[in-house]
Amino acid sequence: MPALPTDIPLPSKTDPALIRNFCIIAHIDHGKSTLADRMLQLTGVVDERQMRAQYLDRMDIERERGITIKSQAVRLPWRVDGTTHVLNMIDTPGHVDFTYEVSRSLAACEGAILLVDAAQGIEAQTLANLYMALENDLTVIPVLNKIDLPAAQPEKYSEELAKLIGCEPDEVLKVSGKTGAGVPELLDHVVRTLPKPIGDPAGKSRAMIFDSVYDSYRGVVTYVRVVDGYLSKRERILMMSTGATHELLEIGVISPEPKPADGLGPGEVGYLITGVKDVRQSKVGDTITAQNKGATEALAGYKDPKPMVFSGIYPIDGSDYPLLRDALDKLQLNDAALVYEPETSAALGFGFRVGFLGLLHLEIIRERLEREFNLDLIATAPNVVYRVIMENGEEHTVTNPSEFPSDGKIAEVYEPTVRATVLAPSEYIGAIMELCQGRRGSLLGMDYLSEDRVELRYTLPLGEIIFDFFDQLKSKTRGYASLDYDVDGEQVADLVKVDILLHHEKVDAFSAIVHKDRAYNYGVKMAERLKDLIPRQQFEVPIQAAIGARVIARESVRAMRKDVLAKCYGGDISRKRKLLEKQKEGKKRMKMVGRVEVPQEAFIAALSSDSDGPSDAKKK
Amino acid sequence: MPSVQLDGEPVPADGALPRESLGSFGARPFGFYVHVPYCASRCGYCDFNTYTATELGGGASQAGYAQHAIAEIRQARKVLGESYVPVETVFFGGGTPTLLPAKDLVAMLKAIKGEFGLSADVEVTTEANPESVDEKYLVELAEGGFNRISFGMQSTRPHVLELLERRHTPGRPEQCVRWAYDAGFEQVNLDLIYGTPGETEDDWRASLEAVISAYPDHVSAYSLIVEDGTRLASRIRRGELPMIDEDVHADRYLMTDQLLGEAGYRWYEVSNWAVSEDAHCRHNMLYWTGADWWGVGPGAHSHIGGTRWWNVKHPTAYAQRIEAGHSPGLAREVLTAEDRRIERILLELRIAEGLELGVLSEKGRSAAELALQEKLLEPLPFADGHAVLTLRGRLLADAIVRDLTD
Repeated sequence: MPALPTDIPLPSKTDPALIRNFCIIAHIDHGKSTLADRMLQLTGVVDERQMRAQYLDRMDIERERGITIKSQAVRLPWRVDGTTHVLNMIDTPGHVDFTYEVSRSLAACEGAILLVDAAQGIEAQTLANLYMALENDLTVIPVLNKIDLPAAQPEKYSEELAKLIGCEPDEVLKVSGKTGAGVPELLDHVVRTLPKPIGDPAGKSRAMIFDSVYDSYRGVVTYVRVVDGYLSKRERILMMSTGATHELLEIGVISPEPKPADGLGPGEVGYLITGVKDVRQSKVGDTITAQNKGATEALAGYKDPKPMVFSGIYPIDGSDYPLLRDALDKLQLNDAALVYEPETSAALGFGFRVGFLGLLHLEIIRERLEREFNLDLIATAPNVVYRVIMENGEEHTVTNPSEFPSDGKIAEVYEPTVRATVLAPSEYIGAIMELCQGRRGSLLGMDYLSEDRVELRYTLPLGEIIFDFFDQLKSKTRGYASLDYDVDGEQVADLVKVDILLHHEKVDAFSAIVHKDRAYNYGVKMAERLKDLIPRQQFEVPIQAAIGARVIARESVRAMRKDVLAKCYGGDISRKRKLLEKQKEGKKRMKMVGRVEVPQEAFIAALSSDSDGPSDAKKK
Repeated sequence: MPSVQLDGEPVPADGALPRESLGSFGARPFGFYVHVPYCASRCGYCDFNTYTATELGGGASQAGYAQHAIAEIRQARKVLGESYVPVETVFFGGGTPTLLPAKDLVAMLKAIKGEFGLSADVEVTTEANPESVDEKYLVELAEGGFNRISFGMQSTRPHVLELLERRHTPGRPEQCVRWAYDAGFEQVNLDLIYGTPGETEDDWRASLEAVISAYPDHVSAYSLIVEDGTRLASRIRRGELPMIDEDVHADRYLMTDQLLGEAGYRWYEVSNWAVSEDAHCRHNMLYWTGADWWGVGPGAHSHIGGTRWWNVKHPTAYAQRIEAGHSPGLAREVLTAEDRRIERILLELRIAEGLELGVLSEKGRSAAELALQEKLLEPLPFADGHAVLTLRGRLLADAIVRDLTD
């Protein structure tokens, strides 16, 4: 292990000229965490004994999925030309759902390492983040990773990167996070080429929150980048968006474990703890200043997180409802973007309508609820938010399809749209266009990144891509396409609500808002599926799909004709009574839709065989 | 019956009954069931507690069986005390009781008579396999006091009998009916099974017609139940035989009720039909009306005054307990008032006399009214305060019981 330099500048006493703040922009499996691991080792802040793979990824779920949800900032000493500099590496989340968090991380940096797998080339999300970095005027260092791989094509991808950022192919650095090759040179390069932070050391203190994490022992840990002035320990601070004030209980830097300090100066990156218990009191993007004689103007760029995708989440065992509520309360402490409110479903009982930034967010929350809180859950098919304008001018915001007005006096329905970017080998252009057109997309433009790689830009309804779009895209391009999207306004659309009726009773959990042309398909599919899932009753059960009063598909479950055991003699009586008790227990778990007894499993199967569900977010 | 684990509290070594159960002994009709756990071979669909000679090692021979059973009958006398409660019915079932020499069956009956006395109009039944009896055997039984016999006919079609692994030849059961009446039996039953894989509607009609032409005074017809662990179950699982279709069973049941009805038989329990009230099996009625009986033999179940118990299943274990002078009872359950109410509903709803509506809770009562509207219960008895199943109701009896026991 390299010895730590003896002249490391201390927090709050560091000359901004010695500071370099950077992030790493990379696609999920392009090796960002492994490269970060090497940097921790080479700079000496983590020794061999403490080292573990993906050191910075805190949560198990992150390590297992190989993705980073919460960013971190690590202070690394690095000696160049006889002077020890301070590098702050800010780890950014890598998924489309967390675009806003990415943008705040970028805003905390002066430079970015653009890290691309030398065997795969750049991916759509990376490209989107690269554009964001360029918009933030960050200095970009292009780096090809995994050059040790036999399949690496450094020449080809150097050219691609050079073309993208406007440099020469030989300026692209080549490293291996796995072997460590090229990493010291990269660190040198960071010191030499990235600009030092610019701020006003004498000005009123201003620091931007770029992350906020709930810790069960410490309360909320807030990550900040100081822009102007100094923050000192035990000072009272002000959150400029909310006007709330807090005492600074602790301030410090991460290297790579928290190290309390006297304060943070201009250009520095670190954490602070105020004792608040809820990340919504310490919001990403907000500006912190001193309570006394603080700044009056906040740093630019604060936005409230806005949920885009909603799903009803219900405990399978109704008695778990209070546990689910507590679990959501706890998760919300650490996730300002998570919103929910109680809702009741005739089919599923008591649960919550939960809003998410996107599908990955949905899936992560659901998995954490199940894993960390031991809950068995059922989730309704995700939907987007619709704005419905009635003929009388009234406006409704619909986050639950069953609340979609159905009295027919609707003037217009607006649905959210996204600007999507797809990168893929050019041979798949036809397949991609076909898919996007089938999802009501309109082509905005197309560019060749290299001879055989193309970028397609589309406007698509968000509602069309939250089901199986990504899976379809992957399967039609044999896994080569990558996707990024950004929410981009809304459009009027010809949307209808399809209800599913069981024995003439509406089953709220199955109502869906779909485009008029797709309503019939949805209705037929659900009716067929339910026909196989609903057990026979003592009477015939019609299953109908309807738009308003108009039935568009129907099936039926034939009446049960025989439900009797032929024999019942002396030795059978005790067993028959026990069997009856068991059956009655089972009957208690049945959900009643009118007079129809439906096992909860049938609802679950009907909802989850929507296979498409949120699974697309899982893939890379 | 789908598998449900039976568990209960242990039975004391002397078989003593709880005081409250014993106290009401004699208030209800009393019968004996004697289980004979032997068969010449095991049928493919059978999961009863029965053993073939090769399945049993030493220690529990057929030859010694009657003596062990008689020892349990003597234990019963001790447990039940000295009060005079003559036996109304005796039923020998199995297994194949007629695998034993007729004198053994007669000896066991005599032991019951000796210990308890038989009522003047006692009904004494044995089950019999058509291939295991002849005229002489039947005469011996009749002379020994048996007056009712039940033959396992199952079907008249060779391919169905073969699939069920029944060994008799078609025509033999009808022959047995004549021999039994000639020997002096007053009541004769034929047992049938419908819904065997491969059995057609015509096959079933032929079986019913064969039964009707033999004209026993009683017919039992059961749908084939595929029990876990039987050869039949594994053949279906392997795909050698088709799955049983419950709708086909429903059709067969309707045909059964229709053809038997036209021939003068009336249902008096879901799976039982008889030509007159006198022809009902009084022993089975004990089971369905909560009366008392003592079950003798391995695996036999008993009920006295709200206590149900069951004997150890294996003949060897049974023989050891009897020889040691211990009760062969393995476990028992003492029914609560609610258990007994539930049992009344699930048993009495199956019989033509029906269930007194007063037994039902308020919720059960409204479920019964709904069942009436759905034409699952007969309107006339309902007006008189009884729930009696309609033809369609009989086919849904278990579902109705689930609703009525709410």
